[in-house]
Amino acid sequence: MTDVAERLDLARAAASPPRVALELRDVRKRFGKTEIIRGATLAVNAGERVAIIGPNGAGKSTLFNLVSGRFAPSSGEILLDGQRIDGLPPHRINRQGLARSFQVSNLFTRLSVFENLRCAVLWSLGYRYAFWRFLANLRDANERAEHLLAMLQLERRRDVLAMNLTYAEQRALEIGLTIAGGAQVILLDEPTAGMSKSETRRFVQLIRDVTVGKTLLTVEHDMGVVFGLADRIAVLVYGEVIAFDTPEAVRADPRVQEAYLGSVLAQAQAGEA
Amino acid sequence: MTGARTPDAAPARHEAGRQPPGGAATYHFRPYNVGRWAVWGGYGLLLLLAPLVFSSSLSQTLLSQMGIAIIACLAYNMLLGQGGMLSFGHAVYSGLGAFLAIHALDHVGAGTLHLPVSLLPLAGGAAGLAFAALFGFVTTRKSGTTFAMITLGIGELVYSMSLMLPEFFGGEAGVSSNRVVPPATLGVTFGPQVQVYYLIAAYCFVCTGLMFAFTRTPLGRMLNAVRDNPERVAFIGYDTQRVRWFAFMISGLFMGVAGGLAAINFELATAEMVGAQRSGAYLLFTYLGGSTAFFGPIIGGVLMVLATVVLSELTKAWLLYLGLAFMLMVMYAPAGVAGLVLANLRLAAFGKLRPLLPGYLALLLAGAVAFVGASLMVEMLYHLQLNQALGPMMKYGGVTLDAKGPAAWMVALLLFVAGGLAFERVRRRFVLGWDAAQADIERELRRRDAA
Amino acid sequence: MDQTVINILNGLSSGLLLFMLSSGLTLIFSMMGVLNFAHAGFYMLGAYVGYASSRVIGFWPALAVAPVVVGLLGAVFERTCLRRVHRYGHVPELLVTFGLSYLILEVVQVVWGRAPVAFEPPAVLAQPAFTLVQSAASGLSVVLGHADAATCAHAACTTFPATRAFMMLVALLMLLALWLLLRHTRVGLVIQAALTHPEMAEALGHNVPRVFMLVFGAGCALAGLAGVIGGSTFLTEPAMAAAVGPILFVVVVVGGTGSLVGAFVGALLIGLLQTVPLTVDKSLVDAASAVGWHVSSDSVAYPLLKLTLAQVAPILPYLLLVLILIFRPRGLFGTRE
Repeated sequence: MTDVAERLDLARAAASPPRVALELRDVRKRFGKTEIIRGATLAVNAGERVAIIGPNGAGKSTLFNLVSGRFAPSSGEILLDGQRIDGLPPHRINRQGLARSFQVSNLFTRLSVFENLRCAVLWSLGYRYAFWRFLANLRDANERAEHLLAMLQLERRRDVLAMNLTYAEQRALEIGLTIAGGAQVILLDEPTAGMSKSETRRFVQLIRDVTVGKTLLTVEHDMGVVFGLADRIAVLVYGEVIAFDTPEAVRADPRVQEAYLGSVLAQAQAGEA
Repeated sequence: MTGARTPDAAPARHEAGRQPPGGAATYHFRPYNVGRWAVWGGYGLLLLLAPLVFSSSLSQTLLSQMGIAIIACLAYNMLLGQGGMLSFGHAVYSGLGAFLAIHALDHVGAGTLHLPVSLLPLAGGAAGLAFAALFGFVTTRKSGTTFAMITLGIGELVYSMSLMLPEFFGGEAGVSSNRVVPPATLGVTFGPQVQVYYLIAAYCFVCTGLMFAFTRTPLGRMLNAVRDNPERVAFIGYDTQRVRWFAFMISGLFMGVAGGLAAINFELATAEMVGAQRSGAYLLFTYLGGSTAFFGPIIGGVLMVLATVVLSELTKAWLLYLGLAFMLMVMYAPAGVAGLVLANLRLAAFGKLRPLLPGYLALLLAGAVAFVGASLMVEMLYHLQLNQALGPMMKYGGVTLDAKGPAAWMVALLLFVAGGLAFERVRRRFVLGWDAAQADIERELRRRDAA
Repeated sequence: MDQTVINILNGLSSGLLLFMLSSGLTLIFSMMGVLNFAHAGFYMLGAYVGYASSRVIGFWPALAVAPVVVGLLGAVFERTCLRRVHRYGHVPELLVTFGLSYLILEVVQVVWGRAPVAFEPPAVLAQPAFTLVQSAASGLSVVLGHADAATCAHAACTTFPATRAFMMLVALLMLLALWLLLRHTRVGLVIQAALTHPEMAEALGHNVPRVFMLVFGAGCALAGLAGVIGGSTFLTEPAMAAAVGPILFVVVVVGGTGSLVGAFVGALLIGLLQTVPLTVDKSLVDAASAVGWHVSSDSVAYPLLKLTLAQVAPILPYLLLVLILIFRPRGLFGTRE
């Protein structure tokens, strides 16, 4: 490409607005009389990596549950690529291109690692509820599962039952199940929970590798991970998004410091040095 | 969650041609996967030769019923073991299949329906499929214990209706027919029992094969996923309820086939075939046989016929024994007979079985003594209560004794207590040996993984 | 008119008996997640133990003793069998109670035989509670106990048995006691806590396994109490468990699993549904001819349409079950799966 053409391309990209992959508009959720999510508004761009942080009880898991369809919001709208998904059952949302992982590994316990991954690719490859074809003959499903196996570095544990894996291996499989279907918007709920420093580092690299080109929304407590992985950070306090900006801006935001960070930030800065 | 669970059904089966790094494949010969051919060939041979080995007319009746029971239990386990769905009303589908088949048989006999008798079970299957689609749509909306209660309710609904509609269900006497419909093809009239047996055996083999194949399909695998983690299934794009409903229908299809075969075999269909007793029996025996392994229900089907036909003749207390055996199985061996077999095969594969054999023998002996003592007391009780007109003398295992006399009771009590104490002592020793063997196996597996 | 009132009262009393049973079942299910398949068996045990003890110590002491005995048996079962399978999950728990139901049936038959036993209510209950007198002259009136023969010669007299009235009384008292226990006592609070947060309740020093044993025993005791009353009012025989078992589950599903209020409303509804239609001897064919549409006996649906409401009464609860499942799957007052 010529220099001029490159610069034209860049200019064009800069001129057109980024595509919004996931948007929340004044989402509220009430359980009984308690309002957990009190008007959350967020717009995540395609290809962006966003981390959601906030004190315990802020409603991060509830927010994830709302977006992924486990609960329906009491009011407000959730849009995926411009389409309303609030109120849809989880499997419909998944088919539209959104997948999530769980804080507590949610695997198919009595199936092997390979079977777990193969199940996760079946729908996206169009196999539906087929009972007239053998799994062994589905070349694309098997190849894709093998490819995932390699990406997750779990080849040596291929035939081990999911319930017999180590904790870190289960977390890796958890991620694998999430991305297997080729969803474009990935929600990760505390992916590195319970991991040591070295495991976390490896895992973050894994997350980066498997979510190339996808939109990532992750809940995290580990500030090192957050500042290293995220393009933008959303701060959730008492069910409201009080800040949504680049890591540097969030770090400097007085509201955030007052509500949440303070000492935690200092810790992270010390850890980063 | 380690060791204590018995291993999953098929041992790590690799697709033909793969070899795990460093370790030897444990159950296969490569490259033709002789194991698979041996198993299925053996099964077919067994079905073929059984009536020649057991040739008395009682045996042939039993074998015929076993073939039917095997299909029914395998179909039932599609829901229980593979799908994690506990159904208390599954006899509805085999029963309705039987009724449709018997009416069809009537029409075939009268000449208004031109269908060979050998294809009538398919009519039963169609009925099973249709009703499973209808009732299943409603019942699969829920899962777990609620699903179980609903299936119970629908079972009762159908049974009550069967008593109200004598036109279709024949009232108290049921609907009977004649399976011998001329002309005979190749000399086969289905008059003699052995001919009916071979029809049943053929269906049994084919149905077993089809249901096994099902476990290797996308729907079959997703059914397992739904059993293990229904929530996660939705998050990989599948509608959990749809998966369950389709599996329910396929299970209903095979139940209907079993019902159709029963209609031909007994030349009778009665309301009891859709009743709660029958449904309970399917659950009981499928679980006893082993719901976690594919071949468990085959054992269950055999046990079902042996218990309901043979055991019930030997003793009036058979339901008591059954209930006790079932409870003990749930508490101590939840994977059933198949699970026990697989656990011991696993031990044998690692060479850990032989040292445990003396312990097994001791357990068996002590257990037998305790059992004789307990069952003696049970039989005497039953005799005194239910056979009052016959007086206090009764036979137990060929020995005549006085059920009212203190001597018999003393002996029984002694046997029970002595056997029980011995069993408990042997059991404690045995469990230590068992746990040690399991730990050794775990260590060996880890070693192989790391190599 | 008098017939209708008595019918409704019959339906209500059956419903209240069902409530006594379903409340125990709901309690156990809510607190422990265990569906006690043998609950109807404990009901039967209550009737038989009540019968056996009433012959030795009289009906009224038996009314107190039998539930305690049955409750103890339930607690023993929980401690020996149920606790062992608790860690395997809810399905094995259900299965072990399923096995127990076989066991209870066999034990009852071997101890008391296969024929019904004569469990009579005491003299004071063996008479009518009141009589409804419907006469052309003075309309509807109520007479306590028997109405004399002279009055009944010229009017329609229908009696309402004291046993049924007593059944209603006990059920309502039981409801009150349950409510008071759960809302206003320490034990009730602990039980409510153990319901939703068993680990936390245990961490606070409460012996959760013992609470479970207590709850299971209490649920069985309630079933036993219902058994004494039901057995003396109706028939005490080995088939009584199978007669009431499935209906019980319908009540729980219709009312909504895990809800005592649901169990109450569901039980009353099912009780009425089982009893009131028994008096209607009309079928859909009759209804059709009332509007001038004649259904011939050759038409395909005739066997179905000619069934009178009275004949169809046994399946009405199950039809309600199916309808509830289609239109309101969580039951009328359901809160938990």
